[in-house]
Amino acid sequence: MPERGWTYRGVLALLLALAAALPFAAQALDSPASIGIATQMACFAIAAASLNLILGHGGLVSFGHAAYFGLGGYAVGILWEHFRLGEPIFGLIPGSNELLVTLPTAMLVSGLAAAAIGALSLRTSGVQFIMITLAFAQMVFFLFVGLKQYGGDDGLSVRRHNLVPGLDLRDPAQLYWLCLGILAVWLFLLHRIIGSRFGRVLEGVRQNERRMAALGVSTYPYKLVAFVISGVGCGIAGALMANYLRYVSPEMMSWQRSGDIMVMVILGGMGTMLGPVLGAVALVGLEYTLGGLTEHWPFFLGPILLLVVLFLRGGLMGLFGVRRGSG
Amino acid sequence: MAEPLLRAEGLVKRFGGLTATDDLSLDVRTGELHALIGPNGAGKTTLIGQLTGEIRPDAGRILLLGQDVTPLSAARRARMGLARSFQIVQLLDDDTALANVALAVQAHQGHSFRFWRRAATDASLTTRASALLEEVGFDLARSGRRAGDLSHGERKVLELAMALASEPRLLLLDEPMAGLGPSESLRMTETLRRLKGRIPMLLVEHDMDAVFALADRITVLVYGRAIATGSAEEIRADPAVRDAYLAEEHG
Repeated sequence: MPERGWTYRGVLALLLALAAALPFAAQALDSPASIGIATQMACFAIAAASLNLILGHGGLVSFGHAAYFGLGGYAVGILWEHFRLGEPIFGLIPGSNELLVTLPTAMLVSGLAAAAIGALSLRTSGVQFIMITLAFAQMVFFLFVGLKQYGGDDGLSVRRHNLVPGLDLRDPAQLYWLCLGILAVWLFLLHRIIGSRFGRVLEGVRQNERRMAALGVSTYPYKLVAFVISGVGCGIAGALMANYLRYVSPEMMSWQRSGDIMVMVILGGMGTMLGPVLGAVALVGLEYTLGGLTEHWPFFLGPILLLVVLFLRGGLMGLFGVRRGSG
Repeated sequence: MAEPLLRAEGLVKRFGGLTATDDLSLDVRTGELHALIGPNGAGKTTLIGQLTGEIRPDAGRILLLGQDVTPLSAARRARMGLARSFQIVQLLDDDTALANVALAVQAHQGHSFRFWRRAATDASLTTRASALLEEVGFDLARSGRRAGDLSHGERKVLELAMALASEPRLLLLDEPMAGLGPSESLRMTETLRRLKGRIPMLLVEHDMDAVFALADRITVLVYGRAIATGSAEEIRADPAVRDAYLAEEHG
């Protein structure tokens, strides 16, 4: 891998500064709704970047990552519900409306789920792995459809945003900055992981598992840890999304949602740092612009995806000359 | 006699009606270069698969350093000191030559649950990786190239460097000369001659010049059976071998 120069870091800092300035631009252009859209983009970018760790770097095609996204969301929703009612969960765990409680809970819950599901799924590979991750996600989906206590199909409203010391999440700009900040930190952590010894093993898993065995590396525990990290990231994204929407429902963990996250990674550029972010921005953006023009927007989204996959081998990042391993 | 490094006892492997390995026994002793030859279809690849742990034998057992490793995975056997090269080179094609060897060095240094420090600039990996590349005669000026962009000969040499990274107790080389040009072949022979004595090797090879130049002992495999084992002279003189193999090759 080539050394990252100062130019590269400068570009990243500039992009972050531009993204941070977005609420001011939205105000100046009298388009407050765009802050909300950007918040969604940031949330999905966190989820896509997380999936990219195992999909882009580990070559593990998980078709069930919406489950962890949804579990993160439900952690916020359920804690809120019990906080509202003043009833501890199972008579033990008190509810909460503090993000410093709900976010770590979301990470813990989605991480534990990813550990359990990953431990079983990673015993398979290839198409079997895709199918079994999908099957587990569907199980989680129907579990929440059946949980009438938490709204079942209709989902749960979170009447008020979580509280964060020093921030007021009722202000769309502040919620956006929080999501953007967490995205930046998460991308940096993932970047370190990918460049580390652990990341090298993960690359080996994607490129040549037979070679890894010949080097004496039993890959299973590495794959499992990567799967859990990736699940935790989707949990964070879900928790933030629940704060933005102030609503959670099983739809968050539907297989279509899993597909969306996967499309973001592939569309943006697998195995690159900013690819999943770009993919999230592009997909959410297209959904809004095409969705504003016609209700049949998926009909137009399909060909666009097809063109990108056919003609841009490295995804949208390929447009900027960034390929796997170079950024 | 001391316990051999590697011993296969009564191995049997059947694929449907075909017996690819037929009650085969073989050992590799300390310090020796043991060559395994045989015509196409003799079952060399299947045997290698069983020795390395990629194929489970139907019967028999495999002892590595005196320990029964028959049920152990390929990764476990590799950690015990069994390094290998592949007939069809297995590399991380998207990574540079140096990064490939560095990963092999990393694997030998213990677990890789280290999440923060950058591996690409870790001198404890790259210094040793460069030294290994130099040892096998890889052009260091090309160590920054993607493995997928290297020539076939370079890839073969690179794979040898990766195998050596683990400081192996036993090196299993599956046709290291296959597809090499005459000069590359000679250079590989020289490299192996330098390693000989220091690292015990089981060499599967079609290049008879290389085999007879390097091997301390040779085992001839025909239809999954070891029909003869002995020194180069003994093998040359063996009538069964002449019938089954050499006649066909040099006839």
